[in-house]
Amino acid sequence: MIEMNTIYKSLVEIVDEEYVSNRKEDLYIYSQDPGMMEPHEPEYVVMPRTTEEVEKIAKLANDKKIPIVPVGGSLSLSGLVIPHHGGIVVDLKRMDQVLEVNEKSRYVIIEAGVTTGKLKAYLEKNHPDLRFSIPDAPPSATVVGNIVIHGQGRLTQQYGFNSDMVTGLEVVLPTGEVCKIGSGSVSPYWFSLAPLPDLAGLFLGWFGTTGIITKLGLKLYPKKKIRDIEVFVVEDPNLVPDVINRVTHTEMAEDIFIGAQPYPPVFKDIIMIGMLLTGDSEDEIEFKRKMIWDALRIHIDSKEGGFMMMTPSIKQDLLEMPTSSTTRFADVMKGGGFEYCGPIIPVEKFPEAFQKLLEITTKYGITYGNACRIIGRSHCMMFSFGYPFNRADPENVERTKSALHDTNVASLDIGGVPWKPEVPAQKMIMEKMDKNTLELMNRIKKVLDPNGIMNPGNWEVE
Amino acid sequence: MMFEYADQIHRCFRCGFCKFPSDFTDLNCPSYNRFRFESFSTGGRLWLIWAWLKGEIEWSNHLAKVVFSCTTCKNCVEQCPMKFSEDIIDWIVGTRMDMVEKSLVPTQISEFLDNIYKYGNPWGLPRNERDSWAEGINRYTSGDEYLFYVGCAGSYETQGQRMAKAFADFLKSTGKSFGILGSEEDCDGNEVFYVGEKGLFQELVKKNIDKFNELDVKKIVTLSPHAYNSMKNKYLGLGEIEVVHYTQLLLEMIQKGEIQLKELNAKVTYHDPCFLGRYNEIYDIPREILKNIPGIELIEMERNRQNSFCCGGGSGNFVFDLLGRSEDSPSRIRVREAHGTGAEILIITCPSCYCMLDEAIKTEKLEGILTLKDISELVKESLEKI
Repeated sequence: MIEMNTIYKSLVEIVDEEYVSNRKEDLYIYSQDPGMMEPHEPEYVVMPRTTEEVEKIAKLANDKKIPIVPVGGSLSLSGLVIPHHGGIVVDLKRMDQVLEVNEKSRYVIIEAGVTTGKLKAYLEKNHPDLRFSIPDAPPSATVVGNIVIHGQGRLTQQYGFNSDMVTGLEVVLPTGEVCKIGSGSVSPYWFSLAPLPDLAGLFLGWFGTTGIITKLGLKLYPKKKIRDIEVFVVEDPNLVPDVINRVTHTEMAEDIFIGAQPYPPVFKDIIMIGMLLTGDSEDEIEFKRKMIWDALRIHIDSKEGGFMMMTPSIKQDLLEMPTSSTTRFADVMKGGGFEYCGPIIPVEKFPEAFQKLLEITTKYGITYGNACRIIGRSHCMMFSFGYPFNRADPENVERTKSALHDTNVASLDIGGVPWKPEVPAQKMIMEKMDKNTLELMNRIKKVLDPNGIMNPGNWEVE
Repeated sequence: MMFEYADQIHRCFRCGFCKFPSDFTDLNCPSYNRFRFESFSTGGRLWLIWAWLKGEIEWSNHLAKVVFSCTTCKNCVEQCPMKFSEDIIDWIVGTRMDMVEKSLVPTQISEFLDNIYKYGNPWGLPRNERDSWAEGINRYTSGDEYLFYVGCAGSYETQGQRMAKAFADFLKSTGKSFGILGSEEDCDGNEVFYVGEKGLFQELVKKNIDKFNELDVKKIVTLSPHAYNSMKNKYLGLGEIEVVHYTQLLLEMIQKGEIQLKELNAKVTYHDPCFLGRYNEIYDIPREILKNIPGIELIEMERNRQNSFCCGGGSGNFVFDLLGRSEDSPSRIRVREAHGTGAEILIITCPSCYCMLDEAIKTEKLEGILTLKDISELVKESLEKI
């Protein structure tokens, strides 16, 4: 108790009493995310405002060997910021400033707590010709949180994972040192990670187990004046890889996503492939539309697929950024929850993954929503096995958990890798991982985090 | 009360849309903005309520603070993408009713309710001081066109009294027949309802309606949007009595040509009160009034209309102020936003907002830089202009 009081007092000295809590209610909220992983309470929640404060918190935690869990929007649904071993949750959302936009070199520097909603609004107001790759997460998701989990967004088909768009980082190491990564480490300009050794990889995809990202440099892209969407519909999942291949060959679409769901019945048995078109003029849009129509002519002529007519409201819904339809999926069963496994898979594996989705949902008697995003020019795809559940119905929760387990197994079986995997899925991945790779991960963690304080439980090599 | 919602409240996914205005420019939930712990966001609050209902956490003063610091400003209702969004305030008020019923409320809340029960106002001030501001204003008598319902903030708070006086003087100057209830006026009960004292609210409704009927009132004009909201939407049995907010009457008189407004050169910005705006969708009327004053330039704050940022005073917080004492207090954020527009005058149409924002202007040291004015004060100035 004395030690706990000392830690509480130390945290108060760092960030002020207003922003430290060991109250039951706050600990309860930070013990879980909206997914279905088991909750575990921290001992403290602290909300720093500056890198210096994060530095002091890290030093304190390292000195006392207390676990520390950096938190953004807590929206991975995989429990990645559940403090499995207790300790200090560091909620970074007070670090919410957009620090710099370089219009000519098209990058932005932001603090770790800037939400996707805030960055979108900031750019629209101050730099209307620039945009970033907005994920399908709610606007309260932080940009850094999305980067740390290798998130994807509206520009992913053109430019890769959102983490591929990083130009620089500021990181507080588990031992308290502050490091800059990328050109920002030698120059005032945060334009690129290259040509230096790529140290950003030590922090991306590690879920906060190697350090706390406090600032991020991110690529911005030209924002076109007009956006539109076409949706191509097929019934046979085996056609999807070819459709994707043909559309990506044109390089005319900005974003390509795939969706399938059994409800409402009008959508049953069809697979929708959405292609976003952007341009600075109607002529540009029409040109792109024609190129895509021509590329898919073969499937239209064979009557295997066709473009869907859309009402303006459906179009508006599909064009919305950040989208609210993903969130609304949580209310499909009036149960307040959905969980999904979104493995990254080769595009040609779509039919196999789709078959697995149907098998698993039939086996467990649950419904689904399938939402995929093409990453790069068909270099791979995120295939989402999405399951709404009723958090007030323990039996339904258990069934969905079992379905999630089977989905992780299936994802690995077909050659994919679960995206932002929850702890059990991380273990499955590590079991299958090349042993030397696993040992390399282990060594890196030990070097950076000698006391094992950073978000323990995640990427934990046993 | 809560049992009505207990099987629904788990539906909140905690997505966080409710924290923002529709364009995501800034945080728009007053309590989350003030405290920044997830517990004080709407989602966090609903999850804690559900945890309390399930017995996973026990009642505590801090839980009560989380529940009662919601100003019921309805930003969450406006922004939540879920089908149940319209129910969110009912869930929070239902929880409060449960807590009140079980006497599980912090001292300042129970004092607030006790004072209204005993004295008809939340400060426990004597009833006979209710019309201390109203020298020369007649008591309502049968046959008067309007009962001017002043409300608690208008009767007792200095800023509210200024508003009441300005509007009453204006009515007098136009020759409208009206009167007030003076010391016979009782609390309208809006805050009592949203704080969760259903029994007291029903008692106040009955007392007020009985009084209105006894005096054969046909039309009521309210100073406060809170009173307007409760009478308009929650007073069952009000019958044919017409209720308007004073801005509606002002605009009607302007449009009928009953008053001639003269030029006033000023840059102003307007703060939408939650109970006028989001609760009753009255957004255009105050703006129309301003448009009708020659020389007035209205500069909108970034967060306006459905996206307006609450002053922090709703659900009794203009009295017990659970969101106060910080530079992140909503009222201080709001006056900084108003100042940022370049306006010289911040126009309000609610006495609770007037109290909250007036204090904030002083704390932010904006006195003499940003002036707070009730819209009828501005109209009065325009009328008096030579």
